[in-house]
Amino acid sequence: MELKSGKSQLLLSKIATNDEHGENSPYFDGWKAYDNDPFHPTKNPHGVIQMGLAENQLSSDMIEEWIKKNPSASICTAQGLHAFKNTALYQDYHGLPQFRHAVAKFMAKARGGRVSFDPDRIVMAGGATGANEMLMFCLADPGDAFLVPSPYYAGFDRDLRWRTGVRLLPVTCQSSNKFQITLEALEAAYESAQKAGIKVKGLIIANPSNPLGTTMDRSTLRTLVTFINHNQIHLVCDEIYAATVFCSPSFVSVCEIIQEMECNHDLIHIVYSLSKDMGLPGFRVGIVYSYNDMVVNCGRKMSSFGLVSSQTQHFLASMLSDEEFVDQFLSESIRRLASRHDSFTKGLEEVGIKCLKSNAGLFCWMDLRHLLKEPTFEGEMGLWKVIISDVKLNVSPGSSFHCHEPGWFRVCFANMDDEIVEVALRRIRMFVGKCKEVDVQVKKSWQRNLRLSFSTLMYDENMGSSPRMMSPHSPIPQSPLVRAWT
Amino acid sequence: MTRTPSAEPKESNRSPTRTGMRLIVPLQGIVQGRGGLILGSLIPCTLFYFLQFYLKRHRSPPQNPPSRSTSAANLSELPRSSSRANLLSRGSTGRAHVSARASSIAKPNASPYYIGLDRVREDPYDEMSNPDGVIQLGLSENRLSLDLIEEWLSRNCTDSILGVGGDALGLNGIATYQPMDGLMEFKVAMADFMTEAMGKTVSFDPSRVVVTSGATPALEILSFCLADHGNAFLVPAPYYPGFDRDIRWRAGVELIPVHCRSCDNFTLSITALEQAFNQARKRGQKVRGILISNPANPVGNMLNKDMLYDLLDFARERNIHIISDEIFAGSTYGNEEFVSMAEIADSEDADKDRVHIIYGLSKDFSIPGFRVGVIYSFNESVLAASRKLTRFSSVSTATQKLLVSMLSDKRFIQEYLKTNKQRIRSMYDLFVAGLRELGVECTKSSGGLYCWVDLSRLISPYNEKGELDLWDKLLNRAKINVTPGSACHCIEPGWFRFCFTTLNEKEIPVVMERMCKVVESCKPSV
Repeated sequence: MELKSGKSQLLLSKIATNDEHGENSPYFDGWKAYDNDPFHPTKNPHGVIQMGLAENQLSSDMIEEWIKKNPSASICTAQGLHAFKNTALYQDYHGLPQFRHAVAKFMAKARGGRVSFDPDRIVMAGGATGANEMLMFCLADPGDAFLVPSPYYAGFDRDLRWRTGVRLLPVTCQSSNKFQITLEALEAAYESAQKAGIKVKGLIIANPSNPLGTTMDRSTLRTLVTFINHNQIHLVCDEIYAATVFCSPSFVSVCEIIQEMECNHDLIHIVYSLSKDMGLPGFRVGIVYSYNDMVVNCGRKMSSFGLVSSQTQHFLASMLSDEEFVDQFLSESIRRLASRHDSFTKGLEEVGIKCLKSNAGLFCWMDLRHLLKEPTFEGEMGLWKVIISDVKLNVSPGSSFHCHEPGWFRVCFANMDDEIVEVALRRIRMFVGKCKEVDVQVKKSWQRNLRLSFSTLMYDENMGSSPRMMSPHSPIPQSPLVRAWT
Repeated sequence: MTRTPSAEPKESNRSPTRTGMRLIVPLQGIVQGRGGLILGSLIPCTLFYFLQFYLKRHRSPPQNPPSRSTSAANLSELPRSSSRANLLSRGSTGRAHVSARASSIAKPNASPYYIGLDRVREDPYDEMSNPDGVIQLGLSENRLSLDLIEEWLSRNCTDSILGVGGDALGLNGIATYQPMDGLMEFKVAMADFMTEAMGKTVSFDPSRVVVTSGATPALEILSFCLADHGNAFLVPAPYYPGFDRDIRWRAGVELIPVHCRSCDNFTLSITALEQAFNQARKRGQKVRGILISNPANPVGNMLNKDMLYDLLDFARERNIHIISDEIFAGSTYGNEEFVSMAEIADSEDADKDRVHIIYGLSKDFSIPGFRVGVIYSFNESVLAASRKLTRFSSVSTATQKLLVSMLSDKRFIQEYLKTNKQRIRSMYDLFVAGLRELGVECTKSSGGLYCWVDLSRLISPYNEKGELDLWDKLLNRAKINVTPGSACHCIEPGWFRFCFTTLNEKEIPVVMERMCKVVESCKPSV
């Protein structure tokens, strides 16, 4: 091998060089548009508004206030300093006992006290991202598969598959029945996997769902538990949005279901995090809660690859044990989410945009099928590019969530204040108004003009970035993912 | 939570299956060899199915219900999952199958390294409350200089986790999503700290820093980037027991030990490296890199400049990577100067791409709990991949913010590093002198938080069993936890790693007294 001639000759692994991380997908354009031209109320009022990031900033002020009132929770304060030494040295992968107790209590509260959690089954991971990956390492070997109802969180493609070698088999859900999973679809997916000789190790669901924002009802959950129990495959429930349920129907956790029915508990595993419910994604707190001793044991050892900083554990142990604060926080946070969701969806309805009826999450699932030029994924991509460049909102197209039907978009509303929501709604109103006007013109010429104006705009905004990535004519994307998934 | 009692364990129908196959395959072969293809397959298969049928109907009841102890040490042995077992047991309410990976990892850890750590956790020594507890000398943790950091914090106290030094940032700066590979200001702080810690011979570039939650994931991420499953790294032995976990478990990269010997003071030799590489090639094993730790763990010696250049030459000739774990770089106490692989890479432009460095704050800055590790690479593609992979192991932004203030206080950091080295040095001197009084010698070392102790004269027989017997005596009779050389893959029995930075000066005589009893009882009778 001619060494002098190539840095490229120095081989990296397949994992380092393949595209399974998904960041080369066309959806990256939306994020790039935002990064190059981020909205700011005063400094850049015409910039791109970030509505693709599911972050909960509505209740940070409550946490900030608690922090200021409780200096002993932080080890860098005079009151907290005495705990510094032991905290700094604590690297046991079991995690601080007081941290685990506090998290177990919090998880129980987020489920209305209907379930209790055993602190000894709590295993740490590097955010929910790390938690999901860790469970795959524990439950499946390379080549094994997990069923997942679609549309599903785009990050699953990377988190569950990249290093683990596990396959994801989508179970299609239809808009005609509100994207709810059906037993028929599940069984069909399972059987076709078996026919193809693919070993299915389990089913992974997100409840509340991302991107739909809906919770599963009791009977659906019972059906799923019966299904996995009958086939002796695992059930992983990503309940990361459990405490963002802001209106009825109330949240039912799979933990409640297994209390009520016969089931092999060794098959049940929960993924949790504080990134959404508490709005603390920067703290990287991921939790795996498994009813399977072996998984807890193995996961705990694997948690060495993603332990939560002991400083953060110490802080959270303090904050989450303050029951009064937690109760107050949960109820107020939900109230604010409900109010934001209401005002946003009402604003959308005023311009004829409907969203899937949802009761949870930090986003809505918008129905923009009537705005598509053609009812195809090309049409969806076209509309998406226009929304980014023209309306200047970074929303996420349904195909990035593996949605079977084109025209659905996820839009996040909890990472901004009321004024910015207003700006976003105003832009949407203008855009829809323009669409209605334009509808009366000849379709073809409109399309031509749109393409022209689009590519100029994109070029201007991105100042000569590679034209390859700017193609509005991208086919159904091969790796439909967006960077920095939340 | 009620648990569904599991049905009969898989063991009872597994072994007859295996025996069944052992009978069938040769039988089939014999019959087929004589040309009876149809009969050759039909007869054995029929026999096989009848055997299965018979066994299913006459399954023996389980002998011992699996014990549900919570202690890892009592986890019952579970069969490795295999597709055949799955086919036969589908529909039963037997134990749910986890991955093959999990099955092997979840087994109680037989390594003395982990067993010792568990024992200390159960019965930790405390001068006041538990004077008969187990003294920890098996974890390379530095407790000598935490007071310096505590003191800095008390001088620079803030009101809360939000702001340090009166510069309150508000929760948005801390708790929201931030770049997964670390805040820019934190990378700058880490690059500066590394420069200081390594004696300012190299200037580290923040844009080459990727932050991870500890050196453990840093090493795993590099393994995923540089090698495919089944490939191998060469690693000088004895080596840190944790490498087996960090590199082999999930990344599936094999570790080929390159044995170093006491006659060479456990220094690495290029000849031995060559031999190991060639043998691997003969076996068909693809070597992708060399993993060195410098200062070495567990021996504590350092690689000099010539050796580092030789290593780079070796790597270039075979087109492989070099991973240099330099996590103890700032914890040197000898007279030699530490030389980083980065210095060599800087001067050899053409080969920079193959050099990758692991660092962290767990040893040099005594804060293992905060989980701060660094991947430092000269290879843009490796950096790009690592930045994406570190999302599974990212550092809490609250911790990053706190450390930025601390690490930016240059005067404090310089004082800290200097004082810390002095304290490690005095502790080392006291400890080695204490051992010498017992007639026990160590390798000459110059870095790390431990010494490499020669107890080979005290073991009987002179092999791994003798070594483990002595380890057991030390742990359970003398109640000191040390790491035996076999856990570090040392080829010569009788060597032990003793970490001395978890002690204070008063505790050294306690350790020596306890050692004395064991040493006396083990001395060969003259």
